[in-house]
Amino acid sequence: MINAATTTPDMLKARSGGAARFYAIWLIAAIGLVVLPLVFSSGGSLTSFSLIGIAIIFALSYNILLGQTGLLSFGHAVHYGLGGFLAVHMMNAVASHDWPIPLPFIPLFGGIGGLAFAILVGWVMTKRAGTVFAMISLGIGELVASSSLILRSVFGGESGITTDRTALPHMFGWSFGPQIQVTYLIAFWVMISAIAMYALTRTPLGRICNAVRDNPERVEFIGYDPHVVRYLAYGFAGFFAGIAGGLTAINFEIANSAYLGATQSGLVLFAAFIGGTAYFFGPILGAILVTYLQLGLTNITTVWQLYFGLIFIGIVMFAPGGIAGLLMMHRPLVRAGTLRMVIASYLAAAIPTLALALGVILTIETVAHTSAGDSNTIDLFGISFDPLAPVTWAAAAVLLLGGYVVARMTWRRTAEAWDRAATVARDRGYLA
Amino acid sequence: MTAAIEINAVQKRFGNVGIIHDLNLRVAQGERHAIIGPNGAGKSTTFNLISGHIKPTSGEIRLNGDVISGLRPFEINRRGLSRSFQVTNVFARMTVWENVRCAVLWATGHRYAFWKNVDNLPEVKRRTAQILDDIHLSHRRDVPAGLLTYAEQRELEIGITIAGGASVVMLDEPTAGMSHAETERAVTLIRRLTEGRTLVIVEHDMSVVFGLADRISVLVYGNIIASGTPQEIRANPKVREAYLGEEAH
Repeated sequence: MINAATTTPDMLKARSGGAARFYAIWLIAAIGLVVLPLVFSSGGSLTSFSLIGIAIIFALSYNILLGQTGLLSFGHAVHYGLGGFLAVHMMNAVASHDWPIPLPFIPLFGGIGGLAFAILVGWVMTKRAGTVFAMISLGIGELVASSSLILRSVFGGESGITTDRTALPHMFGWSFGPQIQVTYLIAFWVMISAIAMYALTRTPLGRICNAVRDNPERVEFIGYDPHVVRYLAYGFAGFFAGIAGGLTAINFEIANSAYLGATQSGLVLFAAFIGGTAYFFGPILGAILVTYLQLGLTNITTVWQLYFGLIFIGIVMFAPGGIAGLLMMHRPLVRAGTLRMVIASYLAAAIPTLALALGVILTIETVAHTSAGDSNTIDLFGISFDPLAPVTWAAAAVLLLGGYVVARMTWRRTAEAWDRAATVARDRGYLA
Repeated sequence: MTAAIEINAVQKRFGNVGIIHDLNLRVAQGERHAIIGPNGAGKSTTFNLISGHIKPTSGEIRLNGDVISGLRPFEINRRGLSRSFQVTNVFARMTVWENVRCAVLWATGHRYAFWKNVDNLPEVKRRTAQILDDIHLSHRRDVPAGLLTYAEQRELEIGITIAGGASVVMLDEPTAGMSHAETERAVTLIRRLTEGRTLVIVEHDMSVVFGLADRISVLVYGNIIASGTPQEIRANPKVREAYLGEEAH
């Protein structure tokens, strides 16, 4: 009502247009989740979709902490893993007692497992943010991971605890034996969880989480206890991580101590950060990329972690906003119609940058092959290289150095083109 | 009538260093009270003590008759006291609109709600729009607070402070670093927005102090050496000697 005087018809149109686009994006996402498993229905694709879906929920839950509340956790997989264990135990209990709980409800118990542990440890953990929180999360992560190997009756030791997802009551005649049914179950939970987590950002609590992230001191002077805010955020993050863990348990029909270790915690941090924590959709992009790389790279190279590390360092140094940040940087340019001013420089920069990347890859692979005593040829985009041949070393050096020198020049050009485009966008009022 | 703020024999020591020795202050309901004093006199410490940012070593602070010393800042805020900061202290990555809205949420009873759509709360929307209008930042509502000009950030600082509808408003050097024109604008703003509320203000600009305050207290080395109307303070020889000196025009 108050806005009626200052809101012009144009602005109203823009806002309702924004709402239509908003629902369209969610609708497209839902359709994608339904259609993709039908189009790419091979076993490998379905497995990939399942893992990506789980990673999306997990990364979004992590971003409730990192992106929205400003809490850097090194132990988020604890909630994911404990959710997985509770789900497996629940599945076994349902099967042996003939409880009328069908499989699709099991992730909820995973969520409860993640939430319960968050309620238990969260109050002490969230007393302080920053380094204190990060260190405690690391400690709790190690504590739980090592306990899981000691408490064999609950965690099953090294081998973990197995289950049979088809032994639960069927729903809609689905046994959830075939992978495609599990993929759809995961897709369903991805949609529900993503909507719920997005909705959370639009609530009073969600906004106060942002305020706590930006300035916890000031929050205390507008009536809020930042400790309570962080605790609630931690609870939500634990709950959704537990759902992801429950889905993993269903997907693999096993829960083991690897689920709650430091590697999982590191991967989810990777995914959220690489995707971009400042935007809700950032961790989704990150989860897709990281899972895809993880699945793809492990097949083609033995040193895939090295590439992970390089990508992570590259993002931290050159694009701290992640992929989402890079994409959203261009929004004002698109609106101002100055995007074409930078595209040409991007294309020009892409070629030497690609050469540089190839040089890096060839160097890493040559060194890895040679030091492992592996004389098999390196297959790089269809070209075979002999890791022991001097010509390979020379090619790597030329690509590396030449690519770097030329790429640097094109990067500078790109930065200049960007400044020009941004200045025009600013003049046209699309950039603050 | 109970005083809005009553400070009785408050001491604050950091280790062996006493910052506030024996502070006694009474601010009546609806009064505009200025605290002045030379640098290092303990003005900001006094603000921090009243608002709960730090706890007194001994003594008692009352807000509308209730003891508040020892409470956390958010507990004091919920009892109707709100303060601004000398160094701008906003939510930098959030928009102007969201900054003010966050400050409205607790007062409108939405607390930690995670089941309500924050964009769909008519009372919150109305009050936020009202505050933005009051601080002349409606046209900047979608700009991240960190990108505002300095003067705009100071206005937003005041907006966040008054948004919760506190009955006692404390402003810590609201015009610091402002140009003459900006200061005049800010004083008009403060006068209008604190209408019907109790105002405690720390300020170095004497024209602001004497133009705004009903009463003035002079703080020197952790003690109030004088408290009175602007005329009384102007005439007080102790004050002239200790502080005003050549600054009193």
